[in-house]
Amino acid sequence: MNASALPPRLRLTGIVKRYAATLANDGVSLSIAPGEIHALLGENGAGKSTLVKIIYGVARPDAGTIEWEGKEINIPDPNAARRLGVGMVFQHFSLFESLTVAENIALGLGATESIADLTTRIAAVARRYGLAVEPGRHVHHLSVGERQRVEIVRCLLQSPRLLIMDEPTSVLTPQEAEGLFDVLRRLAAEGCSVLYISHKLEEIKALCEHATVLRAGRVVGECDPRIASEQQMAEMMIGGALPVAHRSAPLHEGKPCLQVSKLTLASDEPFGTTLRDISLQLRDGQILGIAGVAGNGQKELLAALAGERRAPQADSVLVCGTPAGHLGPTARRRLGLSFIPEERLGRGAIAEFPLSENGLLTAYPHGFVRAGLIRYGAVNKYAAGIIKRFAVKASGIDARGSSLSGGNMQKFIVGREIGTNPRVLLAAHPTWGVDIGAAIAIRQALMDLAAAGSGVLVVSEDLAELFEISDFIAVLSGGRLSAPKPARETTVEEVGLLMGGRMAAEGAAHAL
Amino acid sequence: MHELEIAVAILVATLRAATPLVLAGFGELIAERSGVLNLGVEGMMLMGASVGFIGTVATGSPIIGLLLAMLAGAALAMVFGVLTLSLMANQVATGLALTIFGVGFSALVGVKWIGIPLEGIATDIWPSLSSSSPIVQQLMLLDPIVWLAVLVPFLIHRFIYRTRAGLVLRAVGESHDVAHALGYSVLKIRYLAVAFGGAMSGLAGAYLSLAYTPMWSENMVAGRGWIALALVVFSTWKPAWLALGSLLFGFVTIAQFQAEALGLALSPHLLAMLPYLATIVVLVLISRDATRLKLNAPAALGRPFHATA
Amino acid sequence: MRYRLEARARPAQAMVWLSPVLAAALSVIGISVLFAVLGRNPVQALDVLFIQPLETLDGLAELALKATPLLLCAIGIAIGCRAEVWNIGAEGQFTVGAIAGGGVALTFGGHDYWWLQPAMLLAGIGGGMAWAAIPALLKTKFNAHEILTTLMLTYVAIQLLGYVVHGPWKDPEGYSFPQTKQFAPDAMLPMLIDETRLHIGAMFALASVPLAALLLGRSMMGFRIRTVGAAPAAARYAGFSRNTVVWVCLLLSGGLAGLAGIFEVAGPDGQLTPVISPGYGFAAIIVAFLGRLNPFGILFSSLLMALLYLGGEGLQVSMQLPIAVTGTIQGMLLFFLLAADVFINYRVRRVPARAARALTHA
Repeated sequence: MNASALPPRLRLTGIVKRYAATLANDGVSLSIAPGEIHALLGENGAGKSTLVKIIYGVARPDAGTIEWEGKEINIPDPNAARRLGVGMVFQHFSLFESLTVAENIALGLGATESIADLTTRIAAVARRYGLAVEPGRHVHHLSVGERQRVEIVRCLLQSPRLLIMDEPTSVLTPQEAEGLFDVLRRLAAEGCSVLYISHKLEEIKALCEHATVLRAGRVVGECDPRIASEQQMAEMMIGGALPVAHRSAPLHEGKPCLQVSKLTLASDEPFGTTLRDISLQLRDGQILGIAGVAGNGQKELLAALAGERRAPQADSVLVCGTPAGHLGPTARRRLGLSFIPEERLGRGAIAEFPLSENGLLTAYPHGFVRAGLIRYGAVNKYAAGIIKRFAVKASGIDARGSSLSGGNMQKFIVGREIGTNPRVLLAAHPTWGVDIGAAIAIRQALMDLAAAGSGVLVVSEDLAELFEISDFIAVLSGGRLSAPKPARETTVEEVGLLMGGRMAAEGAAHAL
Repeated sequence: MHELEIAVAILVATLRAATPLVLAGFGELIAERSGVLNLGVEGMMLMGASVGFIGTVATGSPIIGLLLAMLAGAALAMVFGVLTLSLMANQVATGLALTIFGVGFSALVGVKWIGIPLEGIATDIWPSLSSSSPIVQQLMLLDPIVWLAVLVPFLIHRFIYRTRAGLVLRAVGESHDVAHALGYSVLKIRYLAVAFGGAMSGLAGAYLSLAYTPMWSENMVAGRGWIALALVVFSTWKPAWLALGSLLFGFVTIAQFQAEALGLALSPHLLAMLPYLATIVVLVLISRDATRLKLNAPAALGRPFHATA
Repeated sequence: MRYRLEARARPAQAMVWLSPVLAAALSVIGISVLFAVLGRNPVQALDVLFIQPLETLDGLAELALKATPLLLCAIGIAIGCRAEVWNIGAEGQFTVGAIAGGGVALTFGGHDYWWLQPAMLLAGIGGGMAWAAIPALLKTKFNAHEILTTLMLTYVAIQLLGYVVHGPWKDPEGYSFPQTKQFAPDAMLPMLIDETRLHIGAMFALASVPLAALLLGRSMMGFRIRTVGAAPAAARYAGFSRNTVVWVCLLLSGGLAGLAGIFEVAGPDGQLTPVISPGYGFAAIIVAFLGRLNPFGILFSSLLMALLYLGGEGLQVSMQLPIAVTGTIQGMLLFFLLAADVFINYRVRRVPARAARALTHA
């Protein structure tokens, strides 16, 4: 098929979209050929999601034109986009938890066929592309991988001519991602165009034929990712040389600072994961990385370590040698534990509060309160110190949490947790969704803390990050934790298999 | 024979007492299923009670009175809708405001109509049977609104679980962001659900002033709107349980009636506490299982929605 | 031309305080329309409502007298609201406080015991606290929502009052009126200004303002309360117990409402009757919001609300308007406030017709 002879499936010219004070898209143009897998690259906040919303009819551009197969058109709402043949798989799945798979697909199709007829069609499409879905199940019972398959089936039922995938592999194991790529290649071969949004450069190199790079709302470059190097693409994204984090030599044979033995704990959430027989040991100076697909017990494990959930036995969790399973977060902090939670605004920090009080939030056991009254002088000084040390971009200690960007808020939280000189630091997805500059600063801070002799436990879905900073890596799957392995002695493939639920003993050997 | 008469009398009294709870409760159920928590049920019922009464006395037609009452309830619900849906005001505070306003405004509107007697709707319908047996006379107390209240749970159950509109309603209450991303008009659906809730509350209030009592007095709804709200929680947003809960409360409400039948001489003030105490007990029983509530509650309940597009 | 709400980058602090002023102004317009519809001269009615009560010393004393229970109840409600603990049953706690304190007055009054009045106040506080402890227990132990439980308990409290004044405590010489005996003189609160009904309760109410401000603004407990309200997940993460905060908020607001209750019966009234409050406990919810949940703001809004009550009585006497006018105006005021508050977090943006047209023509 000669793609260049046909008009592009989609051509955007000079798209502008403004939100309040920010220009989310500033004259963006791009063109996707029929059957092409086209990558859209850019950091968080570069304007990728806004552009996708415009293509899918969720947002409307302030200026610019959209052409579909050579004709200028207007996409007022998602229904219009679907009628054109645009399908979208969202990063945060657009599924209704309490409804069944078939009901969800019915809502997404906007058609009025009966659920029974739809179920037959779902089965047919699922068979054709090798996507296992069960139409009668409720979505809240499904794993993230299954949910993504539901979204894809929903798109395929509309025979799409352009499929938009927004960060599709962030929740998949490496093996699941490979399976997804096969489906996408097959679709492209059938003539469907794919717009693939990701920040994982190695995937883009493996999958895409063309890449458009966005930065601060503008197109800053285009390339053929099969030819361009990852370094080149990364530098286009951030607009400069890629900074590198340095790991000082780890201290070996430090004393254990966090020990967990045979911890079993049922979740208190309706569809949470029960922790089963978890044992781990973290020593001074070590970084232990915990890999896993979201929803396999990460939240539950962190809550149990931080003290938000108490363990049935006091000695199933030891913080610096002291039994702490029965203690709450404040008491564990007094023992030298700190915690960087996954959610920033609303958990790690409070949107409506000034940075000074956001600093007080977890630092208060460290001498900021006298006779029940807050020592605001000391609190202000502490916050100002964090802002300075971590180069947090904020108007000052009175700036509200909501006024900071994600990366700066995270730097402030990291600074607050490190500022109390913890012996043990728990960090959940510490660089998730922050820009590359802040991510590197945060990784550096974690490595410096370990180099200074504290133990650091990092939970992350980003395998590249875990391999970069960890001394040991363990995998959490279905509420069970694999035995930690030295990071140098394991591979992404091996970790991926464990993430997929195969414990080392039975899986690794024959699968590889 | 006498026992049968008592049983029928209790059944009739229970159904009559349950009717306003069913009507208001199912209206609120629909609103909450769309993700909107309207705590103004009491206020909307009061508006319905006063406007329905005035409309009936002024025009002589209970039908017009009922329609006006539904309109009044829906109008008040629209005020709530504008504030919470378009202006994104806090739903709890706005619901309280609605009740405070409803208490005051219904009293103001109805001030000249206090103490005016009105023949109940039931006797309007079947005047010629007034000399029949006691059981027939009892059954005649069941007016068309009671029969409607018997039908409503079945209709709404069917709507929620068997129609596409019901599916969309559930979807919007589950996640407005997803529904919006899929192209559904969240605000339009919620306005409709809130208006329906208001009209049902208005009808429930009018039932009290036109059929149950029948007369108008200040604050005559006496907390039934709040009990209806509690019943929606008790039902875990399921029509069958809401119908059952309303019957149960109808039964408790007429405790005084039963106490007299049993020959008990308790202070009317202590007996009048019963429905409120029962509401607390029921609420405690159902809320104990936090997981179950969380599982069944519309996930977007009470959360404001602002489309960024 | 279309208009659209757009989120502000940060909340507009000026609007936080401008909004109540705007709401009050809009309410005055709304009230004028209401009076015109009722066939009264709006200017004259506004004069009766807002000006005349302030023209005499007696009027000012009455204003402070009515502001006292509103202020006490609203301060407690506001502390709760900061933690998203919705105590809307202040009316019930007020009532039980009055019954408990009144019981002490009726039992021990007339013997010139030095401890009588302190005991009455403590009983009032204790009664209110006990009544608020029930929803606190039900919320922390059984997860029952306090909006419904506090409200249901208000209805129960009103029936309880009805029961005592119709039953065991009914004055045998009261010509079968449902009311208790008059309290003995030693159970009546001292007056602040001679020839008026203003009693020392007003001083307690006034003192509650800086104390509440200290609690919310400077103390660690206040910080916990605010954190639980603003971000429950952050409170859990920081190790602040929600249950403690629920108990503190409900006991505090219940105690303050109970104190207001005993003040009301041992100050102006001097006996228990079936109706001891014209809805102070409910109006205090509006007072709390109007005062931005800030103690000093509430001081002003309680005076405004007291003026509405006072003016409403004036309208009843001099213009034969039903007392229900007061409730209507209260509701209206809260509606306008909630509507005006949207501009704290959003601003109106005009969508140029050009852009919209360009898209549809494209």
